[in-house]
Amino acid sequence: MNVSHEWLGAFVPHGLPAERVRDLITAHVATVEGFERTRAELAPFVVGQVVASERIPDTRLSFNKVDDGTGTLLEVVCGAPNVTVGAKYPFARTGTTMPAGFVIEKKKIRGFTSNGMLCSARELGLGDDHDGIYALDTEAPVGTPLLSVLPLADTRLVLDVLPNRPDLLSHLGVARELAALTGTTVRLPEELPAAAAVTPVRGAASASAGGVRVTLADSADCGRYCAVIIRGLKVGPSPDWLRRRVESVGGRSINNVVDATNYLLHGFGQPVHAFDLATLGGGAIGVRRAAAGESLTTLDGAARTLDASVLVIADASVPVALAGLMGGKATEVTECTTDVLLEVATFAPRVVRGGRRKLGMSTDASYRYERGIDDAAVESNARIAAALIVAVAGGEVAAMASVGTDPAARASVAVAATKVSRLLGDAVGPEESAALLRAIGFATTVDGDRVTATPPSWRHDVARDVDLVEDIARLRGFDRLPDALTAARLGTVPDHPLYTLGVRVRNALVADGLLEVRPLPYRAGAERPLVRVRNPLGEDEPFLRDSILDTLARRAEHNLARMQGNVRIFEIGTAFLPGDGASVKEAIHVGALVMGARRPPHFTESEPPAFDAWDAKALAERMVHAAWPASRVELKPAEAPALWSALVDGTARGVVTPVALDAPVWASAAFGVELTLGKMPARPPAARGAHEYERTGGADRSTTPARYVPLPTTPAAEFDLALVVPDAVSAAAVEKTLRGVSGEMLESLLLFDEYRGDKVPAGTRSLAWRLTFRHPERTLRDKEIEGRRAQLLKTLEKELNVRARTT
Amino acid sequence: MADSLTLDEFLARVAAFSAEARPAIAAADSADALEGVRAKYLGRNHGWLKDLSAALGQLPKEARGAAGKAFNDARTDVEGALETRQASLAPSSAGVALADPTMPARHAWRGAVHPVSQVIDEVVAIFRELGFTVALGPEAESPWYNFGSLNFPADHPAMDLHDTLYISDDVVLRTHTSPVQVRTLQSYPPPIRVLIPGNVHRRDPFDPSHAPTFAQIEGLVVDEGISFADLKATLTHFANRFFGSTKTRFRPSYFPFTEPSAEMDVLCGVCKGSGCGVCKQSGWVEILGSGLVHPAVLESAGVDSERYSGWAFGMGPARTALARHGIPDIRLLYDSDVRFLDQFAR
Ligand SMILES: [Zn+2]
Repeated sequence: MNVSHEWLGAFVPHGLPAERVRDLITAHVATVEGFERTRAELAPFVVGQVVASERIPDTRLSFNKVDDGTGTLLEVVCGAPNVTVGAKYPFARTGTTMPAGFVIEKKKIRGFTSNGMLCSARELGLGDDHDGIYALDTEAPVGTPLLSVLPLADTRLVLDVLPNRPDLLSHLGVARELAALTGTTVRLPEELPAAAAVTPVRGAASASAGGVRVTLADSADCGRYCAVIIRGLKVGPSPDWLRRRVESVGGRSINNVVDATNYLLHGFGQPVHAFDLATLGGGAIGVRRAAAGESLTTLDGAARTLDASVLVIADASVPVALAGLMGGKATEVTECTTDVLLEVATFAPRVVRGGRRKLGMSTDASYRYERGIDDAAVESNARIAAALIVAVAGGEVAAMASVGTDPAARASVAVAATKVSRLLGDAVGPEESAALLRAIGFATTVDGDRVTATPPSWRHDVARDVDLVEDIARLRGFDRLPDALTAARLGTVPDHPLYTLGVRVRNALVADGLLEVRPLPYRAGAERPLVRVRNPLGEDEPFLRDSILDTLARRAEHNLARMQGNVRIFEIGTAFLPGDGASVKEAIHVGALVMGARRPPHFTESEPPAFDAWDAKALAERMVHAAWPASRVELKPAEAPALWSALVDGTARGVVTPVALDAPVWASAAFGVELTLGKMPARPPAARGAHEYERTGGADRSTTPARYVPLPTTPAAEFDLALVVPDAVSAAAVEKTLRGVSGEMLESLLLFDEYRGDKVPAGTRSLAWRLTFRHPERTLRDKEIEGRRAQLLKTLEKELNVRARTT
Repeated sequence: MADSLTLDEFLARVAAFSAEARPAIAAADSADALEGVRAKYLGRNHGWLKDLSAALGQLPKEARGAAGKAFNDARTDVEGALETRQASLAPSSAGVALADPTMPARHAWRGAVHPVSQVIDEVVAIFRELGFTVALGPEAESPWYNFGSLNFPADHPAMDLHDTLYISDDVVLRTHTSPVQVRTLQSYPPPIRVLIPGNVHRRDPFDPSHAPTFAQIEGLVVDEGISFADLKATLTHFANRFFGSTKTRFRPSYFPFTEPSAEMDVLCGVCKGSGCGVCKQSGWVEILGSGLVHPAVLESAGVDSERYSGWAFGMGPARTALARHGIPDIRLLYDSDVRFLDQFAR
C-alpha cells in the first residue's frame, strides 16, 4: 500500500515529518518497508524575484536582474514572454541539475551573461504548461527552497499491509491509526466538495432511480449496491491537485472521471466503477452469477468465458462487468461519455476471491474486496464519489439507488484487564485498555475489570479477547513491555532421537573431512514408483526423491561440470516413498558420496590415492557407529550393483554402492553410502520426568557408556598365519573360524596382507593374519600357542579347505 | 618362553636380519616400496627389529651385553642403508623435505557443516542454555496440521502467503515448521520449551533471495502465566547472544497462529542504526517473526487455552547465513559446489 505523506495530512492534521510518521506506523500499526521522497530533484530550486527586466533588441529574449536571496543580484537571460518585474519565479542557480538532466551553467547569450535560469512548469516536470515561466503566488522571501513554497514535496510510504488489516489499504485507514497515535482526529480532506445531497431510492433487493432499475440476485454475494446517475458531465483532464493525488501513490492520471474513482479507492479504500450510462441496455443493472457460456471482454481487452462461480454486473441482457474485479470494455467511460452510472458497492470476499482465482486476474479492487472493505461506508462513499465527479467533470447528480441490506451489527468482545496484564506481562488497567481501543474506533464499556468493546465496521479481524489484546499491545507499544528474563519451568519434551542421532552422524562425517550439503529434494522420474507433486515448480523434476544418493549424484555431476573432480559430500535429509493410497512414507536418511583424491595433494606424493570402495565401506561403518554407538554392524556383500548391505543388529539399514554418474573421462569412480536413520514421524518418546530419569539414569540411552577393560599386566603372544585361501572362501569366513577356534584369549585379529599371483595355486589367494593372544593373569606358554596354531590350521583345512602357505 | 634362546641363536637371527634387510632396501625402487621395507624390518609395531628386541629379553643375563651390541650394530647399519636409499630415491621424500622445514604440512581433507546448519546449531545452542530441547516432525503433512490446526481461515488471503505444494488432497508439503507445534502439544503436557528445525517447501521459484525448499527454525513455549514480556525477554537475550550486544525492536505483524504477533528486528550490523543499503535505510534488520500462541492453536491440540498461554517464534537461517558470510545469491547454498562448501570448513 502506497501512502502519500501529504495526502495523509489531508485526512489527519498530524503535523509530523515523514520520518516520524514512518516510525510511528512501523512501531504500532504496520511495517513501512519503503520510504521514497518524491520531487527530490526539485530540492535545489529556490524562489527568485525579478527586480529589473529589459528586452534584448531583435530577439524574444529579456535581460533580467534576479534576486535569489544571496545578497547579489544575478544577471539572467530569459526566453519567456511573461517576465514581470516584481514577480517571483522558480529559480535555478548555476550548477543546478534540471529534471531533464542538464546542468545550468554560466553562459554568454548575445553578449549578455546569464547566471541561472527562471523556470517554467514544464521545465520543472510539473505539467505541460510551457506558455512561460511559472509565476509563484507566494509571500515567501527570495531564496526560500521551492519545495517549501509549492505543495509538491512529498514522501511515499510503502506499507506492508497484512491480510488481517484491509482497513489499512486506504489513506483514511492509516489516518485513523495515526490520529489515535497522535491524539488527533481524522477529517474529510478540504479538497473534497460537500457530499452529494441526493436522496437515494432504497430497496432490499431492487430499486429504481433515474430510469434505471437496480436488482441484487443474492444478498450473500453483494451486501449493498449503490448506483448514482450523473448526467451532463464532460470527460477531460483532471485538475492538478487530483492528478497529483493519483500520481502520489504511483498511479497515472487517466481523466477526471477515472481519477476521481481512484481517489475513492486510495483515499477511502472504496472501489468505484463508472459505466457509460448510454451503453447499458434496457434501463437495468443487476448483480448476479454469470450463466454458463456467458462471456465478457474486460477493460484490459481480454475476452473471458464465465460460469456460475463468477459474480457479474449485468444490464437487462448481458454481463457488463466482473463484480469486484474489472469493468467491461463495451461500457467503458470514453471522451464522448456524458452520462455515467457510478457503481459503489460491497461484494462478498469469498465470491470475489473465487472469481479472481477462476479467471486468474487480480486488481486493486479485488485485492480490497477479498480482504473486506468497510461495508457500512458504501452509501456515504457513493455520495463523496458523486460530488467529486461533479466537481471535477461537471454535470449533475440525477438520482441514486441504494439496494441491499445493512450489515449485521458487530458483536461485542469482552476482555478482562487482568488477562490483558497477564498476557502482556505488564499492568494494563481497564480504563487504559478501553481508551486505546476507543481511539481506533471501538465502542467500549468498562465494568470493573471487564472491558467490552464493539469493533468498528471497517475491522473484520476482531472475534475473541486476544484480538483486543493485540490492538491494546501494539497501540500501547511493544517497546514499553519489560524485557528481563525470568525463571521458567523445565519442559517435558525430550530431544527428538533423530535429531541427536543426526547430529552425531553429521559430526562424525565432518570429522572425516566430508562437506555437508542441503540441496533441493526434487528429482526426475524413475522406473520405480515415486511420490509426485501435483503442482510442481517445474515439470522436469516433479517427483520427491526416495534416495539421498540420487540427489548427491546430481550434485556430483554439477561439480564435474565445473571441473571439480574431488567430491566428498553428504546430506542428512528426508526421503519420500509412496505409501498406501495417497499417503506418503517419510524417513530421515544419511547419504554420502566420495570420488577423486582421498586427501589434498602434497609434494611427498605425485598424486594422492583416489577414494575407493574400501573408503566407502569405512564411511558406512563410521555412520553406523555414530548413529547407534552400542550396535553390532555387519557389512554383508550385496547383490550387484551394490557392494555391501549394512546390517545393524541384524536389520538392513542401507547400502554401500558404486554411483553411476554422467561423468567426463577424467573423472574418478564415485562411491556412495546411504542409511535410513529413522522413520518420520517417529513415535514420540516418553515425556521427561522423574520416571524417565529412573529408567535411564538421566543419560541419553543411545550412548551406553563403554565398560573399562583393565590394562594388560601380562605379555602378549602373537604369531602370523599366512594362508592359501580358495577363491570361493571369504575372508570373513576364515575370520569366523579363526575367532571360533581361538577362544577367549584371542585379543586381536589383523588381516595384514593379500597376495594373488603365481606363487600360490590357481584359484586361490594368500591371506595373512596376525593373531595376538593374551591371558589376563599369566604368561602364555609356547606349547599353548603352538597347540592353538596347529588346531587352527587343522580346523581351517577341514572346514574351509584353507592351508598354511608354504611358498 | 623365558630362557629358551641361546646367544648363538640370537646372533644368527641378527645376521639373518641384516642379510635380508640390506638387499630388500637396495631393491626398493620407490618411496612406497621403501616404506614397505622399512615397516617390515624396522616397524615399531610388527617389524623384525621389534621381534629381535623382544628376543633380547629372553637371553640369559650374561649373554645380553654381546647380544645388545650386535643388535645395535645391525640396527644402525640397516637404518643407515635405509636413509641412504631414501635420499637417492626421491628428492621429494620425507628425509629431504626435513632439510627445508618451511615446506607445507600434509593435511587430510577438512569437513564442513553447511552454513545454514551452522546457524541452526548456534540457535539451538543458545536456546539450550535456557532449557529448550529439539522436536522434529514430518515434511509431508496433512492440510489440517499445516493450516487448519494453526487457525488459518479457510479460503482466505492469508493462505496466499503460503503457496503450497500438494501431493494429494490429503497431503501437502509443509509450508512452515509450525505444524510441529501442534504435534508436540498433542504428545506432551506443558511446560513445553522446544525448538523445531526443519525444511519447509513452497511453490516459490528460485531467485537470489528465495528458494522453493528452505530451512526454518521455530521455538515454542507453553506454560501457565507465559506472557509477551517473556517472549520479548527471551528473544532479546537470544539476539544479544547471537549477534553480540545489540538492540531489538518489535513491530506489529500478522500470523494466523499467533496473537498478538510481532516481528523482531535487530540493529543493522553494518550501519549500527544510521541507515545503509543493507537495511534499506531503516537502520534495522528483520530477524524473526513471533507472537503469543493463538488460543485456537492450543485448542486444536487439546490444551486448555484459559489455563495455559505460550509464545512462539520462527526464523529463516538461510537469510542469516547469507548476511553473515556475504553470500549474494541463495542458490549457492543449494548448488553444493565443493569450492563453495570448502570455504566453511572447520
Ligand atoms: Zn544499515
